[in-house]
Amino acid sequence: MAFVNYPRQEIPLPAKGSFIALSLFMALLLNLVPLKGIGLSLWPDFLALVVLYWCINQPQRAGISMAFGMGLLMDIGEASALGQHALAYSIMAFAALMFQRRLSVFGLLNQAPQIGLILLTGQLVILLAGLLTGSHFPGWNFFLISVIGMLLWPVVSSLLRLPQRPRSDSDAG
Amino acid sequence: MLTRLIFFVVLSLVLMAIDTRFKYLAEIRQAFSTVIYPLQKLANVPSTVYERVSEFFPSHSLVEENDHLKQQHLADSGQLQRLMALEAENAQLRKLLQAAQRIEGQAAMAEILHIPRDPFNRKVMLDKGSQSGIQSGQVVVDDAGVVGQITRIYPWMSEVTLITDKDHSVPVQVVRNGLRSVVSGTGKEGALELRYVAVNTDIQEGDLLATSGIDGVYPPGLPVAVVAKIERNSTYVFARVTCAPVAGAGHNRQLLILSLLTPVVEVPAEVLEIKPEKKKREKSGIR
Repeated sequence: MAFVNYPRQEIPLPAKGSFIALSLFMALLLNLVPLKGIGLSLWPDFLALVVLYWCINQPQRAGISMAFGMGLLMDIGEASALGQHALAYSIMAFAALMFQRRLSVFGLLNQAPQIGLILLTGQLVILLAGLLTGSHFPGWNFFLISVIGMLLWPVVSSLLRLPQRPRSDSDAG
Repeated sequence: MLTRLIFFVVLSLVLMAIDTRFKYLAEIRQAFSTVIYPLQKLANVPSTVYERVSEFFPSHSLVEENDHLKQQHLADSGQLQRLMALEAENAQLRKLLQAAQRIEGQAAMAEILHIPRDPFNRKVMLDKGSQSGIQSGQVVVDDAGVVGQITRIYPWMSEVTLITDKDHSVPVQVVRNGLRSVVSGTGKEGALELRYVAVNTDIQEGDLLATSGIDGVYPPGLPVAVVAKIERNSTYVFARVTCAPVAGAGHNRQLLILSLLTPVVEVPAEVLEIKPEKKKREKSGIR
């Protein structure tokens, strides 16, 4: 019996812990790049993308606690209220873990809109936290970050997938 | 998984409440900042390298700039000589009047390390901290005027709250007629406002606001903002006065940190004992 309709999927190798740490480090570095003006409002949240990637693809290694820790680091780096990013990242990680099985069925391009929704949820949480501490609404282009993050998702996740490629296809039928 | 989420959500809500209301988490921030600081330095490397490389290649503009600077220097040195004479005269007169001698301001130069993306607060990070003798409450200026005030100190960096931050106010006076007021940030970039200005106050568009110095934190006479728009509506008691800051962290990378002024009036010890919190807030200029 041939499984004709079964999607051809590569089963990725388990990621090394050091690679996960390195990717998080690089993403944090990218988030801290000094920018001004228009670049600042368009620069996506790379750390959120990488955290989401690991939650979806390695749910046994990454989880809410990792997201929370990364959020705290972002709070210090961004000089915002301690816990603001941590809250958003925890909720985003939770959403990613909830839909993990569903998401991993889709291809990278089809995953992107759903990732965009998760990123938007995170930004809404940050917005709510900001409004509760008495800030003004920062304007609609605040949400552009999510849109750009969504567009970048296929690129980021295919980059992160590279080291987990199975070594050879010699014994594949 | 849900319990874990609830745990972390509650934890971050508690952290946020403690951080924004009570400011107890300075130590935790310090510990984390030692992790973040090398990262920020590293993230700055590409732009620093670019600047150094472009400095290395002399260009036509450099010659022009040099000429311009030479002329500027000549003009300035003339003025400086006058200033020195005036300062000597002023000191003499002050001695005669037995007035408190104003201390000369010391300043430290610092570079902007990072501009946070958080749209809810207007802050920048500078690359000097407690290791360079920076203290909380010091005033930060650029070549045009007041930029903000140092609000948090880390070992190697410090956080500046810009005057446009929603929680920041600066006591100012209108240069034209000496009218005193307090200019507050709005949380938006490039916008400040004068609150509680009566409709019939003598204030015009284009008026320059400079620090009044009556708070004992900001040295007097530093330019802060220019009045951009005034809306007078006689149905309201107060006019809406919008101002544009003259300085800005967006213009240049280097900023000056001025030293703290000695308080004009000593605070009695009893007051310190009774309300330590209130006194601290007044000194730092943050409501």
